[in-house]
Amino acid sequence: MDLCRLTIHEAGELLRRREISSLQLTQAALDRIREIDGNLRALVTVSQELALQQANEADQRIRQGNGTPLTGIPAVIKDNMCTRGTRTTCSSRMLENFIPPYDATVVEKLNGCGMVMVGKGNMDEFAMGSSTEHSAFSPTHNPWDLSRVPGGSSGGSAVAVASDEAIYALGSDTGGSIRQPAGFCSVVGLKPTYGRVSRYGLVAFASSLDQIGPLTKDVTDCALVMNAIAGHDPRDSTSLPHPVPDYAQSLIPDLKGLRLGVPQEYFVEGMQKGVEEAIRSAVARLEELGAEVDWGVSLPHTRYGLAAYYIIAPSEASANLARYDGVKYGFSVGEAESMWDAMEKTKQGGFGPEVKRRIMLGTYALSAGYYDAYYLKAQQVRTLIRQEFDQACEKFDALITPTSPTVPFKIGEKVDDPLQMYLSDVCTLPINIAGVPAISIPAGFADGLPVGMQIIGKPLSEEVLLRIAFAYEQATEWHKQRPKL
Amino acid sequence: MKLSREEVKHLALLVRLGLSDAEVERFREQLSDILEAFEVLQQVDTTDVSPTAHSIALGNVLRDDEPAPSLPADEVLANAPSQEEDYFRVRAVLE
Repeated sequence: MDLCRLTIHEAGELLRRREISSLQLTQAALDRIREIDGNLRALVTVSQELALQQANEADQRIRQGNGTPLTGIPAVIKDNMCTRGTRTTCSSRMLENFIPPYDATVVEKLNGCGMVMVGKGNMDEFAMGSSTEHSAFSPTHNPWDLSRVPGGSSGGSAVAVASDEAIYALGSDTGGSIRQPAGFCSVVGLKPTYGRVSRYGLVAFASSLDQIGPLTKDVTDCALVMNAIAGHDPRDSTSLPHPVPDYAQSLIPDLKGLRLGVPQEYFVEGMQKGVEEAIRSAVARLEELGAEVDWGVSLPHTRYGLAAYYIIAPSEASANLARYDGVKYGFSVGEAESMWDAMEKTKQGGFGPEVKRRIMLGTYALSAGYYDAYYLKAQQVRTLIRQEFDQACEKFDALITPTSPTVPFKIGEKVDDPLQMYLSDVCTLPINIAGVPAISIPAGFADGLPVGMQIIGKPLSEEVLLRIAFAYEQATEWHKQRPKL
Repeated sequence: MKLSREEVKHLALLVRLGLSDAEVERFREQLSDILEAFEVLQQVDTTDVSPTAHSIALGNVLRDDEPAPSLPADEVLANAPSQEEDYFRVRAVLE
């Protein structure tokens, strides 16, 4: 049996029956990482010593009979979530040697469940990017074709799961950073409703858009991870106080009575034909499974989402990243003429090109004379986009779209053309603008490369999304396919 | 919207971001292109539309002020580029 290929629920069952130990499972994951990660570069840090210690503790806990569904299961955490004692770099020179003195709430919660953390996931620097090429350390490679990108910014987390280096991972999603790499790597990725999961200890990028969520091998695992990480946190004043359901209860393979809408604006100009075909046949499958489908929904403000997003997110980023001044932690230049000179040189040397570009863009949008024309205008368009989703959600239980207009593109293809790179988020970023939840699940292949289907719901409707995703998954075999490495 | 080199340098100064001459020129071109593409927003009628800063309608969130342990000072200071006793060491602010 290949232990690395197991899902959380499969491995959990074997652990409970004592047919395997967490130590064996963890060792298998570490061996797999050693064997293949040199080519994939999914991980910034491999936390072998910690993982083996956590595995021993998990085995003890299981023997005592008080394990949870996640006890002893190897995981990867995106490298923008603070892990006490394990460096947290955001794939940036700025934080290359930063050792957090505390755990993010999600890490604390997973540790409480008995997580085994095998490593920290590579990403676009400070989560700014759609290909993981903007990592200061190395681009991550797509396991389905090593010459292509895995998507981003949570590319390392998605690749770790897709290539069986870990059984599940956490990512963060500001404009598609969980869903787009999930789609590109053929795994399941959920961006929960804004506020459903605590952001405490997540290195801030755009605070009104950032949200943490799971990347998993199937929908059942997604529900299990959500059960562990969702909920109110007094340390994050934007976390929602609503009670957390048992998400595993929503895994019902039947779509009778559900109304689904397909918004035509998401089948954009420049969309690849193979992607469109895969999504249209996936929706037809949902119809066969009992859902009522309206193929002609219109969300006309979708076309303004990209511009609104790339004003709002960089504006928030330019404020959030002002903290990296070389004084309290992080990269700092030694030689400088004055305090201001030191600060300028620290940012110049610590940040990569995309981060600098977004800081500049955000500063422009917020600066005197341009605030009304850019930032305020974008915030007003945000209202209209949200209203459009709210109206659609009165008529539909969920909306179905492609996760990305294309299959994974070649490494190097878009990295020097920021506008082209931004366009790869065109189907995912309106969801962050509106703050609603969405999941990407495997929906087939075009030219041998993965295609993701995005299911969008109203606020706090994660259960509906999981039900639709589960029903589709039960009726298809896409999620069982693995890249040949 | 075409930016000048001076405007780019002014923006960099506002955020204290050091840029080489090559970076100033590259950002001048790229930011000009990006801002031009964003002019599409001016087509949207936003008369009487209030701005959304946040997608959830939360008001002020209050809690009781209860003392709790702070982060361990030695672990926090261990990340500082320069420290002295229990303090961050900084450059002279006033010349």
